Amino acid sequence: MNGDLHEIDVEPDAPLLWVIRDELKLTGTKFGCGIGACGACTVHLNGRPTRSCIVPVSAAANAQITTIEGIGAQGLTAVQAAWIRHQVPQCGYCQSGMIMAVSALLAGNPAPTEDELGAAISNICRCGTYTRIRAAVASLATGGPRGGA
Amino acid sequence: MISRRKILIGGAAAAGTLIVGYSLWPDSRRAHANRLAAKSGERFIAYWIKVADDDTVTVVIPHCDMGTGTFTALSQMAAEELDADWSNMRTETAPPDPLFANGALVEGFALSHIDLTRDSVPAFLQGTVLGAGNRLARFADIQVSGGSSAVSFTGVYGIRVAAAATREMLLATAAERLKAPRNAFHTYSSRVIHSPSGQSFRFGELAAAASRLSPSSRPKLKPKSQYSLVGKAIPRIDIPTKVNGATRYGIDVEVPGMQFAAIKISPVFGGQLVSVHEATVAGNPGIKKVIKLNDAVVVVADRFWRAQRALDALAPVFGDAGNAQISSQTIRERQLAALDQKTRKPESAAGAEVAPGAGAEPGTRAAECTYHVPYLAHAAMEPVNATALYRTDGTLEVWAGSQDGLGSRVFCAKAAKIPIDKVTFHLLPSGGAFGRRLPGLLNFLSYAVQTAMALPDTPVKLIFTREQDMRHDYYRPNVTSRFSAKLKPDGMPGSWVNHYTTTDDANAEAAHIVYDVPNQTYDAVKVVTPVPTGPWRSVEFSWHGFFVESFIDELAHLANRDPFEYRRALLQHKPRHLATLELAAAKAGWGTALAPGRARGIAMVECFGTIAAHVAEVEIAEGALKVHRITSAVDCGLVVNPDGFKAQIEGAIVFGLSAALNGEITIAGGAVENQNFPDYPLVRLANCPAIEVFIRESDAPMGGGGEPGTPAVAPAVTNAIFAATGQRIRELPISKQTLARDETSTAT
Repeated sequence: MNGDLHEIDVEPDAPLLWVIRDELKLTGTKFGCGIGACGACTVHLNGRPTRSCIVPVSAAANAQITTIEGIGAQGLTAVQAAWIRHQVPQCGYCQSGMIMAVSALLAGNPAPTEDELGAAISNICRCGTYTRIRAAVASLATGGPRGGA
Repeated sequence: MISRRKILIGGAAAAGTLIVGYSLWPDSRRAHANRLAAKSGERFIAYWIKVADDDTVTVVIPHCDMGTGTFTALSQMAAEELDADWSNMRTETAPPDPLFANGALVEGFALSHIDLTRDSVPAFLQGTVLGAGNRLARFADIQVSGGSSAVSFTGVYGIRVAAAATREMLLATAAERLKAPRNAFHTYSSRVIHSPSGQSFRFGELAAAASRLSPSSRPKLKPKSQYSLVGKAIPRIDIPTKVNGATRYGIDVEVPGMQFAAIKISPVFGGQLVSVHEATVAGNPGIKKVIKLNDAVVVVADRFWRAQRALDALAPVFGDAGNAQISSQTIRERQLAALDQKTRKPESAAGAEVAPGAGAEPGTRAAECTYHVPYLAHAAMEPVNATALYRTDGTLEVWAGSQDGLGSRVFCAKAAKIPIDKVTFHLLPSGGAFGRRLPGLLNFLSYAVQTAMALPDTPVKLIFTREQDMRHDYYRPNVTSRFSAKLKPDGMPGSWVNHYTTTDDANAEAAHIVYDVPNQTYDAVKVVTPVPTGPWRSVEFSWHGFFVESFIDELAHLANRDPFEYRRALLQHKPRHLATLELAAAKAGWGTALAPGRARGIAMVECFGTIAAHVAEVEIAEGALKVHRITSAVDCGLVVNPDGFKAQIEGAIVFGLSAALNGEITIAGGAVENQNFPDYPLVRLANCPAIEVFIRESDAPMGGGGEPGTPAVAPAVTNAIFAATGQRIRELPISKQTLARDETSTAT
């Protein structure tokens, strides 16, 4: 988990989300729906974006898990910096999962089209920050920082 | 006929009590405030504002952070009046103490000429003491974040004035030090400067002495022409900790020894718990207690997932309280019957146009239309939750996100039947609220307190699952509204009659039109159901906006007029509205050619002091609707933080679009049918249109930001659908309708 090894003793079918939050006390990963529908709980499991609320902890044994606390541990990532530049978050509750999902997408496709972004990122933001997410992602695709939103 | 606005206290308030928000705070209470909320090296000078020895200015804000950017905007307003350097500004959430009750909120409504004393209390305040019928003087329990009021009321009537008073006290202190006249001083960058000599004092050097002065009851406010910080797109102060997971919402609270609770509430409204199979969970690991409440069962365990699974195994049985026959359909039939009683039963099918009117004078036409909107859930991303600790010494401590810290503390005291001074309430940021966490909608606090009292001396975090959150909300009501109007020979409306259903005695302002139409008649018919309802972003405007802006569009088409030009003709005496509408149309390219299959629709709604006009550009291809673009023009008077304000309008548009496209909570068998996001679809990146917001500044009193963007979205989209296909959507959501495949444009 975020580069550290943790030994935990829970039921194999305990949801990874609650193990992250309540056993490992990393609360940046959020509970939104419990059925993998909203993406608020997105983490990276061996680099892949994963909705942790529907993954049993046994599936994460011996895997590399990265959470929102892990990706920016060495300073803000480009995605996080773009989120600030474009003033993306409102309530912010979905943004951990959103940033994790977008970061994973950009690792494989640094310049997604709007359609590719929409197809890949189905996370829900109830505050409706989508146009700023698009602008932030577009600014990353074109290289250097662009002006604020 | 409901009168438009009852003016009871507006005149008096405007004349004499503008700054009630802080002038009611005598010196003895300032000392109390320092004990409650000041650390060493800092102190309150006037209400809301602390100045520290190191020049830090802390604005103590009587609102919650639910993502609307108000902490930044209010801090900007304070810094502007103080001439404080922005780098010295900090914010804190006000303690949920009567001392920090938000008188400015009440003041704002007084100046809005809204009668706070009777049936027209704004819906978002109905759960508060005001809603319970208390008078203006009794605002002791109010710290509400709602009604788009934080900046336009708290900022304008509270914090800005307190900052100006603080500045005057700092000036007076400097004048005393140098024995020079006060008008020889000015302020700049957190310093008070003796203008002739250039000698200056840091705010921090003056703060302690200044705090011993009495605040002026009428401080001089900075003229708008001198603003340097208000009006700037300052980056939001809450955002850095929202991109790295560091913001701690209510659900993230960690209390030593904390246990976790899951709840299942009677699915049928009003139902009581009949039985549970407790034996099935007796040996499960980590289970602490099964708590049987009147209408719910709660399982407390050492981990949330264990509590949740045990709850499923309990297979609780609930009664139906005689409500099993209630459904969305039966409620709607009752609404139609009630409207039929009020008006004549329409001869045509509901919603059909009667044109040209039989028996009308030559050259006139008439229209009669009935519209309907469904129940809606708030569905904030953070499911409602609260952590509570009831101690055997009779004290209660609660941690939660809420839209009213003080009101929540009072609510918890009442729920526990203990005095308020035995209750500590920790107000935490909310992962969205939209009205769900307002007073009167606090079932999550009630259940958390009941749970804690069943397990004394154990902190318990109660989390609603998404299903419980969705099925035990207080819903935006379903509403049916019927209009009739007669057009004069020139095609303009000669009358406007609107009868609509209502669930309570809410403020009737929202139905009233801004358009210049003679012979207006309005009436409401109350249809009460057991379905709990409550304020939802933009409240009554969320339905009346759709109804009014659809019907005026129908009249325009009936008159063979362009819907934008038709509205323009009816707004000749409303220059702000006219200019806002024209700005939206101009920015959207109204009247210019579009790609085949595309069309535009326009709508405009004023609410909470702000006018928002939207133009939607849509396409219907193979029966599927795509909303390509929404262009918005907004006039809220003065804008404190243009980027933060735009973000609110953008978000409100998406919120309105989710409702327009797919939003519907359905009732069957007396219970909500929806369970989770798959059957309550919300707009996502893939179907979010391009959104552009244009701010039109005006000299009008400052309006709100959080809600005004929502109401005009649905009618802009359905009006565009009509322009594209000739199909009129009179019932939301749009997804319930089969959209015409062929494009028979009727736009003229």
